[in-house]
Amino acid sequence: MKKTIKQYILENLLFTEDESAIQDNDSFLDGGIIDSTGVMEIILFIEETFGIRVNDDEMLPANLDSVDNLIAFVQSKQAQAVAA
Amino acid sequence: MCGINGIAALSRQTKISEEDVRSMLPFLAHRGPDGSGVYLDPSQQVGLGHTRLSIIDLAGGAQPMHNEDKTVWVTFNGEIFNYLELRKTLLKDGHSFHTHSDTEVIVHAYEQYGDDFVQHLNGQFAIALWDNSRRRLLLIRDRVGILPLFYTRQGDRLLFASEIKALLPQLSEAPRISPTALDQIFTFWAPRSPNTLFEDIFEVPPGHILALENGCLSESIYWDWRFPEQDDYHHGSDADLAEQLYDLLADATSIRLRADVPVGAYLSGGLDSSALVALIRRHSDAPLKTFSIGFEEQSLDESVFQKQMIEHLGVENSRILCQNSDIAENFPATIFHAETAILRTAPTPMRQLSGLVRASGYKVVLTGEGADEALGGYDLFKEDKIRQFWARHPQSEWRPLLLKALYPYLETSGAQAKSYLQSFYSIGLDKPNQPGFSHLPRWFTTTQCKVFFSEELNSRLRENAVDRLTEQLPIGFDRWHSFNRAQYLEAKTLMGDYLLCSQGDRMLMANSVEGRFPFLDHRVIEFANRLNPRLKMRALNEKYLFKQAMKSQLPRQILERHKQPYRAPDIPAFFSSHPPAYVTDLLSEEKLKRYGYFDAQKVGFLLKKAKRGSSIAYKDNMALVGVLSTQLCHYFFIEQFSQTASQSGSSYLSLT
Repeated sequence: MKKTIKQYILENLLFTEDESAIQDNDSFLDGGIIDSTGVMEIILFIEETFGIRVNDDEMLPANLDSVDNLIAFVQSKQAQAVAA
Repeated sequence: MCGINGIAALSRQTKISEEDVRSMLPFLAHRGPDGSGVYLDPSQQVGLGHTRLSIIDLAGGAQPMHNEDKTVWVTFNGEIFNYLELRKTLLKDGHSFHTHSDTEVIVHAYEQYGDDFVQHLNGQFAIALWDNSRRRLLLIRDRVGILPLFYTRQGDRLLFASEIKALLPQLSEAPRISPTALDQIFTFWAPRSPNTLFEDIFEVPPGHILALENGCLSESIYWDWRFPEQDDYHHGSDADLAEQLYDLLADATSIRLRADVPVGAYLSGGLDSSALVALIRRHSDAPLKTFSIGFEEQSLDESVFQKQMIEHLGVENSRILCQNSDIAENFPATIFHAETAILRTAPTPMRQLSGLVRASGYKVVLTGEGADEALGGYDLFKEDKIRQFWARHPQSEWRPLLLKALYPYLETSGAQAKSYLQSFYSIGLDKPNQPGFSHLPRWFTTTQCKVFFSEELNSRLRENAVDRLTEQLPIGFDRWHSFNRAQYLEAKTLMGDYLLCSQGDRMLMANSVEGRFPFLDHRVIEFANRLNPRLKMRALNEKYLFKQAMKSQLPRQILERHKQPYRAPDIPAFFSSHPPAYVTDLLSEEKLKRYGYFDAQKVGFLLKKAKRGSSIAYKDNMALVGVLSTQLCHYFFIEQFSQTASQSGSSYLSLT
């Protein structure tokens, strides 16, 4: 999963294959990597790729604003789904 | 309107040939299809050229034109709307006229007032004036930049013309694209005047006079957007000021209806064009024809409001429907005419619209451009006002939520909106007084597109575009009200450098149509600049005083409708089916690498994303349009230089 997420971020937000272009805990917002419409793109990607649904109240930088945050968020959503 | 061009010697020994001046004319034929002329001074120090679109004094207005004793010669593109009044004054002062054209007024006004004559002109103009007795050439542009005028040095000669393409046949080699200009385009959406996309090719900035005397060039400024020190605003009740504004607008419109050919108007369905059409209707008896664009893409279409106004005022209307496929098909020709890289496709439908005007037998249209800048209409001004308000209490959770009113797509949930709003729009919040504060979110977002610049291009960038701009602001700027500062930046960057040229003059003149802009009458601007900012934006109600001035003329639905920015279909329009061959060709790895401006791998990923057709973010859109238009400019003006300069290539048409 980490590889998929990281590769998506690299190719679609940073337009590169160079893994050193972003650290896993770098904020997308602070780096200007996404604009105000870019958040929707990320949500669409994780929903389609990992079969989860992001609720309105989960659209927070704490969940979506770095590679690490995304991984943790997707993992917790998947765990919830299993538990349910 | 017309095309002007010329060549001047920068040294005594240099002689100008008539043939060289003539070689530039065919490139301006679309600006002036009704005739052409050349004047060569007997000592061959200067040659002036002109292609004519006849609108006033159809029989007698041929150019270049001279004074009584042929010591002053002028080639002129534009309109002097107060020419009748000026002519009367000049006749009283003893000048004799041999035509009825507005051009001749320029010659005599110069004799009467010297360089200050320009202060007496109300109009839109690009003028080249040769004073033979002083051996002095003046190149002059109107106050706000409605009409273009470019120049470059070529050895011992100064070349100038209404469009860059007319300089090409006199250049010994292809021009080069300027890294500084690309940096500015990918920050402000356009090169900053006097820069153009090309190195060593400049424009005369709006409100400036460029003088050539004894081989030396000197520049002076005769007009600029100026705002009062805070609190030094017009006095009077709202009602009185609204009435004064109305009277000014009515006169600015009336004098722009002067022409010896029928005049039409653009009608977008927004407040400004609706108000303009209402003003024309009220102050002219001639039947009025209006022209509108509809979009296949429903979210961009304003047909409902257009129909409302057409019925309300009983005006004739012709319309085009812009299909998504039109954008990709017409984009190369758009760029060929615009002669610069752009980040939005919006000029393309404007060229289709002027094509409709021409096909309907009209040469002149009035348009509503400038009302948002002068009278305070843009969302960016609201954004600035809210950010200023927020900066007074940066910890407030409630204040930034006001931004949701501006950007409905942020309207999802409180938590989401709050945290993202705070991140996107808090830029510079710690220093709300810094110059450029109003434009920081836009400039910051736009500069993210620079991620596609190649290493080579990056290594040639010397300065930060925003820093450079803030160093060049007028004296006293920091003492203006924050609202006025935002207005100034908007008028000088986006309007002057992009809206009036790439999206304005060049798209109109591509089809030999003259645009006229009542809201940009300098008397309107000067009056509006002294209005208290609260009369431009009351709370978050934009163009407040303007609405007061127009309220008896317009239906409520138009006065109260939510402002919709003019936009055209962007990148998805290029990829909805199979992208045209020129897109694939110019965005190929080979061409990207050879031209050298962009990182081929990064553009490759962007292209893949665009082709996938999934949601493409706002800045990706801008980046791809910017990359594609830069590649097109390189193709037309550098790779195909010799074909373009000899007009032998129809290559740009076959590209589509």
